[in-house]
Amino acid sequence: MTLTTSAPAPAISPTTAKEPHRLSLRRRLRRDWWIYLFLLPTLLGYGAYTVYPLVASWWYAFLDWPGFAMTGTFTGLDNFRRLLADDLFWNAFRKSLLFLVVAVPARVGLALLLALWLNSRRTPFSGFFRTLFFLPVVTTGAIIGIVFTLLLDANGPISLALVWAGITDSPTNLVASAGTSLYAGIAVWVWKWLGITMIYWLAALQTIPRDVHEAAMLDGANARKELWHVTLPLLVPFLVIITLIDTVGALNVFDLMQTLTGGGPSFSSEVIEIFIYRTAFAATVPQLGYASAAAVLFGLLTMVLAVVQAVGVRWARRQTKGAS
Amino acid sequence: MSAATAIRPESAEGAPTRRRGPRRGRNVRPGRVVALVALTAAALLWTYPFLWLVSASLKHPSEIFGSGFDLVPDEFVWENYTRAWVEAGFASYFVNTVLITAGTVLVVVIRSALAGYVLGRFDFAGKKILIGVFLVTFFLPEGYTIIPVTQLTDQLGLLNTHAGVILGLGAGGQIAATLLYAGYFRGLPKELEESARLDGAGQFRIFFQVMLPLAWPITATVVILTFLFAWNTYLLPLVFTLSEPDLRTLAIGMTVFVGEYGQDWPGMAAAAVISLVPVIGVFVVLQRKFVDSVAGAVKQ
Repeated sequence: MTLTTSAPAPAISPTTAKEPHRLSLRRRLRRDWWIYLFLLPTLLGYGAYTVYPLVASWWYAFLDWPGFAMTGTFTGLDNFRRLLADDLFWNAFRKSLLFLVVAVPARVGLALLLALWLNSRRTPFSGFFRTLFFLPVVTTGAIIGIVFTLLLDANGPISLALVWAGITDSPTNLVASAGTSLYAGIAVWVWKWLGITMIYWLAALQTIPRDVHEAAMLDGANARKELWHVTLPLLVPFLVIITLIDTVGALNVFDLMQTLTGGGPSFSSEVIEIFIYRTAFAATVPQLGYASAAAVLFGLLTMVLAVVQAVGVRWARRQTKGAS
Repeated sequence: MSAATAIRPESAEGAPTRRRGPRRGRNVRPGRVVALVALTAAALLWTYPFLWLVSASLKHPSEIFGSGFDLVPDEFVWENYTRAWVEAGFASYFVNTVLITAGTVLVVVIRSALAGYVLGRFDFAGKKILIGVFLVTFFLPEGYTIIPVTQLTDQLGLLNTHAGVILGLGAGGQIAATLLYAGYFRGLPKELEESARLDGAGQFRIFFQVMLPLAWPITATVVILTFLFAWNTYLLPLVFTLSEPDLRTLAIGMTVFVGEYGQDWPGMAAAAVISLVPVIGVFVVLQRKFVDSVAGAVKQ
């Protein structure tokens, strides 16, 4: 990210160097042949496995294509028309948004709380706690999903704990009920990824200079006042970046949700990725074109968020610069 | 526990200045106690699932659900592990995962180091376009590309091979790695190349003998991040190996296990432990580097 925004690009200054560049392009290419050789693996790999799929998805989205072994037939905007009228697509879209709206603030907020605690010099064993909270981050999402189907079983420890705490009357499997399955998924997701967001916040807290804290002390601010009026305002630029990183994370939950709920029961936790996977790979008659159309719309959603990210980060950068 | 001891050195670095601070002798206030209790409760919440998993993997089936919160098995059933390792095929899933992870790490390191070097240190025609493409595709979700990638792998004749999975995971994406290398190489002094060139070294020798060894901290970070990604990935191997049992990775093996031996809870738990131990083990040993690798993203 930094590369582009902060790259000084010493020799390229478009206004002054345009004319000589154009003249010497061939000579430059000849002189720099080894540079392109260094780039070759990236150009080939990235071209074939990222750029080509990006473009191809759009083409596939216009096809009726019932399997990799078959050839697709062009059907124009048919897939998009069907998608917009498909209740299950909108259901998946809503579930993804709901996931995002509930899970991201929970993850960002709880992680900040943890980071503030762990950053305090009076918290003992903060290194140990940090390690513990980070532990699930390194684990395999799909396996965590399966393990939690056991933990969430009606006779499992979570159900027992809920009864013991008086939250539920009788043992219940939260994943097996349409009303709670998505929220169970959100809870497991927050549990799994909280540690990484906590690390982001801790890194952000480290950027607050010590003299800011000392100045606040001299002004007679107590801990709470310092938190509200000094620390939190300084964290706002990071809030933007961290929220957006986590938002992108919340759109990539296939492994966890597929293994934890499989999208069920009765589509109650079917996020967009599961919808795409089901349509393309898990159906008796694969609908690759239809799934591609859904993927394209999903990609657009992510793209919008990426643009928001770019704008937000730029804004946040200005804020940090203004502050320092 | 080794986690606690291993992290000491780092906290010790920051500690001296803190300890000497004026607040050391302060009284403990009730707010502190509440926070500490909450923190401990949360820590329990974060540990319990792992402890439960290990305990379940050593129990008799009847004992898993029905002994309440008790974590200690009546009798240690090590046989669960042999069942998962031998009968359920986790031995071969394990080998597959190691091969695919190692291959992906290798592909990503080579590709990113080479590209990062020229992107970070040189200007050339097309550089801005390249960076523009990287930025546009930075957050491209995997679900978006999976259909064309499958189609492409099929056409290359790699659909049921390790190489197909490795290329699918490592050849595209992974822009963060390239940018990390580019940022690091940009910061190295120009004289390095000049003096090497005076010694008669060509571009390739300069890169492999001077620059790449210098960039080992970045290489370590990229290896760690790619290792995590490749070991834990799910969608691509799932799609690629649905019809090819010999290629399954641990994560896919777990899914199959659930389908085939649905009621064998202890075997499932044992298989999960087998799958998670390597990644957790590497984390515990290298945790400082892990945490720094991750934190680097936001510091920038």
